[in-house]
Amino acid sequence: MEFFSAHHIDKTFSSLQALTDVTLSVEKGSIFGLLGPNGAGKTTLIRIINQITAPDKGELFLEGHKLKASDVEKIGYLPEERGLYKKMKIGEQAIYLSRLKGLSHSEAVQNLTYWFRKFEILPWWDKKVEELSKGMQQKVQFITTVVHKPSLLIFDEPFSGFDPINANLIKQEVLKLREDGATIIFSTHNMGSVEELCDHIALINKSKKIVDGPTEKIREAYKSNIFKITYQGDMDKVTGALKEYRILKHSEDREVKHLTVQFTNGSTNNELIQALIPVARIISFEEAIPSMNDVFIKAVESSNNN
Amino acid sequence: MNKSFLILKREYLTRVKKKSFIITTLLVPFFMAGIIMIPVWLAMRGDKEERDIAVYDESGLFLGELGQEGYTKYTFIPEDLYRELKNNIRNNSYYALLYVPANIYTTNTATLTSDKQVPFELIEEIESRLSRFIENDKRQKVIEETRVPDLEERLAATRTRVQLNSVKVTDTGEEKKSNSFVAFGASYIMGFIIYFFVFMYGSMVMRSVMEEKKNRIVEVIVSSVKPVQLMFGKIVGTALVGLTQVAIWVIIGLVAVTILQGFFSPEQAQQMGQSIMESQQQINPAASQAAAQEGSQNQLLEIIEMIGNLNLPLILFTFVFYFLGGYLLYSSLLGAVGAAVDNDEDSQQMVFPITFPLILSIIILFPIARNPEGSIAFWASMVPLTSPVAMLARIPYDVPPWELLLSMALLVITTGGAIWAAAKIYRIGILMYGKKVNLKELIKWLRYKN
Repeated sequence: MEFFSAHHIDKTFSSLQALTDVTLSVEKGSIFGLLGPNGAGKTTLIRIINQITAPDKGELFLEGHKLKASDVEKIGYLPEERGLYKKMKIGEQAIYLSRLKGLSHSEAVQNLTYWFRKFEILPWWDKKVEELSKGMQQKVQFITTVVHKPSLLIFDEPFSGFDPINANLIKQEVLKLREDGATIIFSTHNMGSVEELCDHIALINKSKKIVDGPTEKIREAYKSNIFKITYQGDMDKVTGALKEYRILKHSEDREVKHLTVQFTNGSTNNELIQALIPVARIISFEEAIPSMNDVFIKAVESSNNN
Repeated sequence: MNKSFLILKREYLTRVKKKSFIITTLLVPFFMAGIIMIPVWLAMRGDKEERDIAVYDESGLFLGELGQEGYTKYTFIPEDLYRELKNNIRNNSYYALLYVPANIYTTNTATLTSDKQVPFELIEEIESRLSRFIENDKRQKVIEETRVPDLEERLAATRTRVQLNSVKVTDTGEEKKSNSFVAFGASYIMGFIIYFFVFMYGSMVMRSVMEEKKNRIVEVIVSSVKPVQLMFGKIVGTALVGLTQVAIWVIIGLVAVTILQGFFSPEQAQQMGQSIMESQQQINPAASQAAAQEGSQNQLLEIIEMIGNLNLPLILFTFVFYFLGGYLLYSSLLGAVGAAVDNDEDSQQMVFPITFPLILSIIILFPIARNPEGSIAFWASMVPLTSPVAMLARIPYDVPPWELLLSMALLVITTGGAIWAAAKIYRIGILMYGKKVNLKELIKWLRYKN
């Protein structure tokens, strides 16, 4: 079921085209990866979703109705450029930010106490932000993003500033929020976490959406006839038998050898196996799925060349 | 609207709870009181040090005429002792040595020798004693020569001082006593108060905007509220801080006056006034004491009457109007600057052109208060960037209604325009980092849609 969608969004800043006819659809309860190089227009799109800026053209829908001003209370946004009032106590500050999202004072205190306890920062409630470590400040920021139980969450580089342990803690919380029914838009340059978390991605380059679809399907689509083979046998003989293929990697690991090979002609898997059978005993044979990193680079480069 | 109130509340509370706010709010009244009270206290206290002065009187005029005078004691000594003491100035019990030459009658000079820095007051006192004595002596001689026994009284009767009672005829033909001095004081003080508050609290808005931008908290906040709401919450919250400060000062002032009235009964106050006057009269014994006192009391009553004759409701109304107008105009412009720049250095460059008219208005405040009908006064009170100070300085002198209305209308229109422009610059500027903005850039922002 569609939870959020953007239709034909255009945005121009005087001479700069920030978004050109961008259309997105985010399924309820999914994690949607919004990817793209720096300056592609991701932040502009996120700001439009948060109604910080208005699009020149296009429409946005949340839960089937047109996005309206009061919807900001259903959205939780953790911007990439984030901070807190340095001289304000964190508890007081968290209450203030929660109340701006529409919570009453008592609801805010109740929800915040839950989260502060969970993240083990309750003893810091009355400390000023400047007395806190960066990691702790990031935790406070994460809490203020989710405290009002938003149904749409937007995280822009949520893991920056966290050590691996706390990054993992946040990752688990993000997954738990999805389990509880929240829909998440997730923007990052960390492709590892995209593979791990995102159900669906869209890639924006130079103001245009160039790739859009379920993560697995996109990786499938970016397969480039590369196969990984493990075998036992003589390496030179194997190399000789595969003259018509492009060998990308060939290595020896005690008894077994690893081979990464790419089809350059229109041959099939069977033909490759037939060429190998006389010279090697095949242990495993699988097609390599490209990493998100490879997909990203390939998609952006090919779009830049067009 | 509820959210604007949350912002306003935070802006207000964080400022009011700040140590610097509490300290300035409490200390300024004491500081002001100190400035007023210390000179009074010093005058009351006077110079109470006992001093012994050795006098060598070559003229022989003063022998037996001077002795213990107030706290100063005059001891007459012969010439040889004088020379001895003078050669050994550091080691003697006298505070100073006074040498009165034989020809003091014609030269009008005497010499005071001391190894210390002799206070100005003491010198004045000795001078006045010697002068008075010689003057009396000369006068006596003139009376003897002319043989007019009541010459002194007759001369004293010729002393004349003309006082001008300026009366102002109002439109209704009513006559009111006006006093340029009172109007001048009122206009100067009000112009200055407006300047001070607009400057101080306008800059506070700017710093607060810059802080939010620098902290990077602003994007979180504008995802919950509209930038315009944030800006208004800030401007209004800060204005309330200013009003709180004024209110506290007024309360402290009233409490202080009440306490002082309790401490000093009217008689004591009169005594205090008398002792101050006496000390002045020692030096200027010309006018008779009673007359002077009566005169000063009448003057005080007159000043009170003249303050009453100022159009107080009009002054109060225009004060609030121009205070709010000026504050809104400058704080929205300064808020826009705070949003447009990334660091303090850039802000300084942009703040100066904006605050220049305000500084100019305080510079021309004096000429305006002196000549409130002149062309400087007229134009300065029309131009909205200077009118909050300049028009207020003219108000005590009664400004033609059309001028006042025109000035107010111009201020309202300009402030409206400034708020519109500031809101546009603000909403773009707060999310713009790492870009050095210039005027051209700002004008471009004004053209952006939404």
